Amino acid sequence: MTPDIILILVVLTNLRLLGASRIGASVRTVAVQGILLGLLALLAHHGESSSSVWLVAVGGAVLKGVVFPWLLFRALRSAEVEREVEPFVGPIASLLAGVAALGVSLWLAQRLPLPEGAHSSVLVAVALFSILVGLFLIVARKKAISQVLGFLVMENGIYTFGVGLVRESPLLVELGVMLDVFVAVFVMGIALFHISREFDHIDTHELTTLKD
Amino acid sequence: MTVLLVAVAVLVCSGLAALLASGSPRAATALGAGGAVVACVIGLIAAVPFLFGTPAESLRLAWNVPYGTFFVEVDALSAFFLLPIFGLSALAAVYGTEYLQAWRGRKSPGATWFFYNFLVASMVLVVLARNGVLFLVAWETMALTSYFLVTLDHEQDSVREAGWTYLVASHLGTAFLLAMFVLLGRSSGSLDFDRYSSANASALFLLALVGFGTKAGFMPLHVWLPEAHPAAPSHVSALMSGVMIKMGIYGLLRTLTFLGPPPAWWGWVLIGVGLTSGVLGVLFALAQHDLKRLLAYHSVENIGIIALGLGVGLVGVSNGSPVLAVLGFGGGLLHVLNHALFKGLLFLGAGSVLHGAGTREIDHLGGLAKRMPWTAATFLVGAVAISGLPPLNGFVSEFLIYLGAFNGVTQRAGVAVPLLAAIAGLALIGGLAAACFTKAFGVVFLGEPRSEHAARAHEAGAAMRWPMALLAVGCALIGFCAPFVVRSLASVLPLVSGLAPETVGEKLADAVAPLRFVIAGSVAFLVLVAGLAWARRRLLRGRTMAETVTWDCGYAQPSARMQYTASSFAQPLTTLFAPLLRTRCKLTAPEGYFPRAASLSTETPDAARVALYEPAFSGVGWVLARMRWLQQGRIQLYVLYIALTLLVLLVWKLG
Repeated sequence: MTPDIILILVVLTNLRLLGASRIGASVRTVAVQGILLGLLALLAHHGESSSSVWLVAVGGAVLKGVVFPWLLFRALRSAEVEREVEPFVGPIASLLAGVAALGVSLWLAQRLPLPEGAHSSVLVAVALFSILVGLFLIVARKKAISQVLGFLVMENGIYTFGVGLVRESPLLVELGVMLDVFVAVFVMGIALFHISREFDHIDTHELTTLKD
Repeated sequence: MTVLLVAVAVLVCSGLAALLASGSPRAATALGAGGAVVACVIGLIAAVPFLFGTPAESLRLAWNVPYGTFFVEVDALSAFFLLPIFGLSALAAVYGTEYLQAWRGRKSPGATWFFYNFLVASMVLVVLARNGVLFLVAWETMALTSYFLVTLDHEQDSVREAGWTYLVASHLGTAFLLAMFVLLGRSSGSLDFDRYSSANASALFLLALVGFGTKAGFMPLHVWLPEAHPAAPSHVSALMSGVMIKMGIYGLLRTLTFLGPPPAWWGWVLIGVGLTSGVLGVLFALAQHDLKRLLAYHSVENIGIIALGLGVGLVGVSNGSPVLAVLGFGGGLLHVLNHALFKGLLFLGAGSVLHGAGTREIDHLGGLAKRMPWTAATFLVGAVAISGLPPLNGFVSEFLIYLGAFNGVTQRAGVAVPLLAAIAGLALIGGLAAACFTKAFGVVFLGEPRSEHAARAHEAGAAMRWPMALLAVGCALIGFCAPFVVRSLASVLPLVSGLAPETVGEKLADAVAPLRFVIAGSVAFLVLVAGLAWARRRLLRGRTMAETVTWDCGYAQPSARMQYTASSFAQPLTTLFAPLLRTRCKLTAPEGYFPRAASLSTETPDAARVALYEPAFSGVGWVLARMRWLQQGRIQLYVLYIALTLLVLLVWKLG
């Protein structure tokens, strides 16, 4: 039953992200979510704890729980942004949208045809919910750093899927994805810094003048 | 089979080597052109036996692409198309070594040879491929490499415009082919050619007609031809017009082999397409002032003749008339080879004129026969051949189509009227083509130079002269060895017509008999001409000869500008067909007793482009301009579009 508790905690972190109004809090929440997912990987495969499972779980937790937050806080400091999230959609409305997204994910998870050996439909629902929340964060927040967070949450959703559906070997794929995300966050951090240096802010809303 | 694949490998490797050697133009040219020539010689040696009875060979390898297998095969039909591909590519490569010198210092020959060799390799693969995915990959490689060759001079706006037109037309054509292969694959469960079934045959035929017709240049899908051919370097124009557009014909023929017995209306459609392309193509050619544009419209005309032949053949197959089938398909196929020879020759000749005189404007040229005797002589051979006059090769293929159509008219009442139309159309096309080439040859090579450019023209070097001379010899050889050439079609025709080889051989033998008379007559004519020339020399020996100006209408000082121009020569015909051509004419007529300034300029824009494509594309542009509100420049909004689309698709699929 422990995996389910972790899944519920993941859902709660997602809702916390939707309601957060401070960037620092959001980054920390994403870090917590990353550590939770590392635990999930360990618990979901408890019967067959091989070295690769450990590698993915511990590697993922360290990367998402420690390295990414550190990179993001560093980017925040160097870009000297204000601490507010600056949403297009306010926290209450975001939370309501999140609840709706949770409903949609639960419904989709029941309809989605799954291969044999999937852990539970709750897990699929949580994965879908994380993906939707990530997309929502990307769409509904102004600052570029929120987009990075949204991207991370989406990746967490995909990771959850992977943990639930795959057995041993595709964990290697998971490692590859994690490496990609690491590079992406690294690059985004640098891009954030350069955007803020060039335009004195990282508000993507103001970048509309760049369109064709 | 292996040897052919080796030829492809040589092409690919030499192309890459030329690209790597870009730093040294000499090395790049040697590697690129040398590789192309070696590969083409290897390929020719490997391909010819399949035309003379060697059974088809195939090779099937697994390929890591969904629905794709690396399945290649060479049979008589493939081998027949390989002949012009390898032959003309080798000659055009030799020609290109000198022709590309004009770009020295401005363009790296490495990239040009890379695209050239890949173009040849992709055409070979198109002909060998027996899997839909492999075919489309080769087809697209062919389109892209030729696009990069067309836009060699991409600094010029007109060239970029032409390249863009070509690219758009080419991709629209491929879209139809994609639909065709998807349909074929869906009904049979595999994209390998040998497993296709013929469900939905008529829809597939129409898709193939549009898709392959765009590449071949059927009117009104031909819009890219008169733009792309003048823009490309001349040896590339020769290759594109001589061989690449024939890939459309090959595709159509190959598709017909999967589609089972054809209904009669397919034949009528092809005859209609052929007549339209043939007549309109030659008419638009008459109205052109640009030598290469004129030749490009003649490609449309000749593709029309080929379509006419195939149409007659299809009518024959569906009506159960072997004579019609054999002669129609035979004439169409032979015209593919013939057109590759003489159109290649003419484009190389036009390139030599451009190289020597620096302009393609017919009205600025004149008197080049004295300055460029080789080019003039070979161009004349090409002009006679393309006009379908005996004893050269153009006559042989048109003669087969005539013969077939006449047979059909006299023996089968049901098909008489359309076949009569085909005969009349073919005759009209032949006459107009002869008029057009009289104009082109007469104005460019005879008379006096009309401009400084033409007066300073110089003959091309050996590397450009020999390919032209060889092509001219090829035109004459096919003409004089017609009985042998026609009989060697016997291995190809059973594949496309579905008839027994014995029947095909019998019908071809019947057609050969009248050809012998024609050849005997031609030989007698040539002997007579030679005799007269000899007599003239003999009579003039020991006498003084003086040259004087042509009759000068009472003017004391005739100038070269008083000669007939191309437009004035063609005027009677262009006026007759004015409603079709819609020539735009700007005339400032001379006025008063002592007129000073007067001017006349005419321009004949492509009717299909003006009436069909420009309205259609501006309509598309209008619709897209209305959609601009979607593009707000906000990342959030774009992600929202993607997310909503995915969510809706997911819900729709699972709901």
